[in-house]
Amino acid sequence: MIRLEKRPSPSRFWQGATPVLAVVLTMIAGGLMFAALGKNPVEAIRTIFWDPLFNPQFAAYSRPQLLVKAGPLILIAVGLSLGFRAGIWNIGAEGQYIMGALFGAGVGLAFYPAEHWFIFPLMVIAGAFGGWIWAMVPAILKTRFNTNEILVSLLMVYIAQNLLASMSLGLLRNPEGGGFPGSRNLSQYPAASNPELIAGTGMHWGVIAAFVAVIAAYVLLQRHILGFHIKLAGQAPKAARFAGVNPTGLVLLCMGISGALAGLAGLFEVSGPAGQISIDFNVGYGFTAIIVAFLGRLNPIGILLAGLLMALTYIGGELAQFMLGLPAAAIQAFQGMLLFFLLAVDLLSNYRIRLGATGEAAR
Amino acid sequence: MMGIDPALLISALMVASVPIILAAIGELVVERAGVLNLGVEGMMIMGAVCGFILSVQSGSAFVGFVGGALGGAALSLLFALLTQVFLANQVASGLALTLFGLGLSSLLGQSFVGIRPPATGVVPFGPLADIPFLGRVLFSHDWVVYMSVVAVAATWWVLKATRTGLILRAVGESHDAAHALGYKVRRIRVLAILFGGAMAGLGGAYISLVRVPQWTDGITAGAGWIALAIVVFASWKPWRVLIGAYLFGGISVLQLNLQAAGARIPVEYLSMSPYLITILVLVIMSSGKGKAALNAPASLGQNFHASR
Repeated sequence: MIRLEKRPSPSRFWQGATPVLAVVLTMIAGGLMFAALGKNPVEAIRTIFWDPLFNPQFAAYSRPQLLVKAGPLILIAVGLSLGFRAGIWNIGAEGQYIMGALFGAGVGLAFYPAEHWFIFPLMVIAGAFGGWIWAMVPAILKTRFNTNEILVSLLMVYIAQNLLASMSLGLLRNPEGGGFPGSRNLSQYPAASNPELIAGTGMHWGVIAAFVAVIAAYVLLQRHILGFHIKLAGQAPKAARFAGVNPTGLVLLCMGISGALAGLAGLFEVSGPAGQISIDFNVGYGFTAIIVAFLGRLNPIGILLAGLLMALTYIGGELAQFMLGLPAAAIQAFQGMLLFFLLAVDLLSNYRIRLGATGEAAR
Repeated sequence: MMGIDPALLISALMVASVPIILAAIGELVVERAGVLNLGVEGMMIMGAVCGFILSVQSGSAFVGFVGGALGGAALSLLFALLTQVFLANQVASGLALTLFGLGLSSLLGQSFVGIRPPATGVVPFGPLADIPFLGRVLFSHDWVVYMSVVAVAATWWVLKATRTGLILRAVGESHDAAHALGYKVRRIRVLAILFGGAMAGLGGAYISLVRVPQWTDGITAGAGWIALAIVVFASWKPWRVLIGAYLFGGISVLQLNLQAAGARIPVEYLSMSPYLITILVLVIMSSGKGKAALNAPASLGQNFHASR
């Protein structure tokens, strides 16, 4: 008979080991899924996890893509993880990402074709503001009217998507675009573009922002009273109240930070890799970032590694699509699977598994 | 606005709200058992794709609906496994279910894009259907529309008047007390989760087989999240689910009619109106005197681990 015994405190060993175990289990289950699709599972896994980095033919193109894809994922996930730690569930990062891009691109396009040094910094501020304001809607509704922030933040994604469609067909449409939807290309407008900073690395301002966010979140959680409050509110809400943590302030802060970071991610994407506002501008980074946050165990350093790994599955997925004809949706299912295994094996860090006779003896 | 016939509007809103009624009534039972399953969207879309594939393969819409319910239930089994056996966080597991469901459904459905499913026939009411106005509103629908209303009534009756309902509610209000009384908390919750999955799957199948009717990626377009919001709107009471869903259905049909009638408001702003109004309704229901949260099951979202 198998019994579960709650550990007094989570096991440190398993907290580190479970993400690795989950990745291995996902590779096995994913391999089975690829085999069911009629692909060679070993080849598919190798194409996804190995070839983008080390295959001499593809690595030159794929390696820089790693940072391009990981940047927004890490930036969003770091923000989300603060809220998740405090028990505040912002799952509308996708919408905040869109709004950041719309606000930022809007500011940039308003100056077109002027060349000033301050245009890009202004866009950065506008992008963060766009994401922040979009996250403030569920935050204020929660603190003021007690509405569920999960539902509101998610419903706001659909509103943002409609706004994006409206903007790329209307207000922000390229007047010289021959009637096609989509804005002017910001990467061809130097004052508003977010170029690759070091050729061949994929490094752009968004990646730098992501690294800064990781360090800032690490310091906040380890060294600052606010980080302590965030952790306390998540683990023992009642104790937090006695310790003088202001729950309203914490909701506004956590939602605000995650919204602003998601907005920044959107801005850096639209002015850099994506280049323009278009109907299909958002590709689900805001949702994948939720997986990244959990895979990184809501820890900034963990998120950095998880973001790189998740970026690898995106790039490897594209490669597998191209090389093996693996459908794009298979990668999405693969990423979802990862979150499943992660949540399942998390049991090991919170509980001890005891084999043997049942009974009250253990207590 | 001219060109909108009230009888047509009411009959259309009844059809439009079916997926949300089915999914919301399933989720209501799950939440009354104390489990918060945020994977409704994922289960709905799995139901939509499984229902679509099976009905196309078999040529029968009925088989499709059965398949949809099975597809939704199969995905919810994963949620049950995660939260009831592996004691994982319910919010995160529900999100995982949605992310995985969206990916898997588009994988399964990729060779079914652009096909028309077999038609779901209107229930023949004979002369009743010829009654002016009422015939159009009440007696011109397929069987799923009537089933959705029956499901609401049955859920209300079971929760209110039967021993099964009493046990289910006891588990949702206080799992420790229910466990002490000797009820199998986990088993009851797993069954409730499966029921919720089957209902969400049925709702999803209705979208791909009747509402749209074809298969495209992301076909549920947030219906699952709206169903979750309707449960809060309904304060966990079955009949109010019907009211909430009809209200929502009315708005989505009205905005579609306004789009078709060429209203001056841009299409995108009309399409976002159902989501906006859902948020508005959530705000109204969650604040003030009649706080919906007061009716929430006391153990909602908490995992149960029998320490002895």
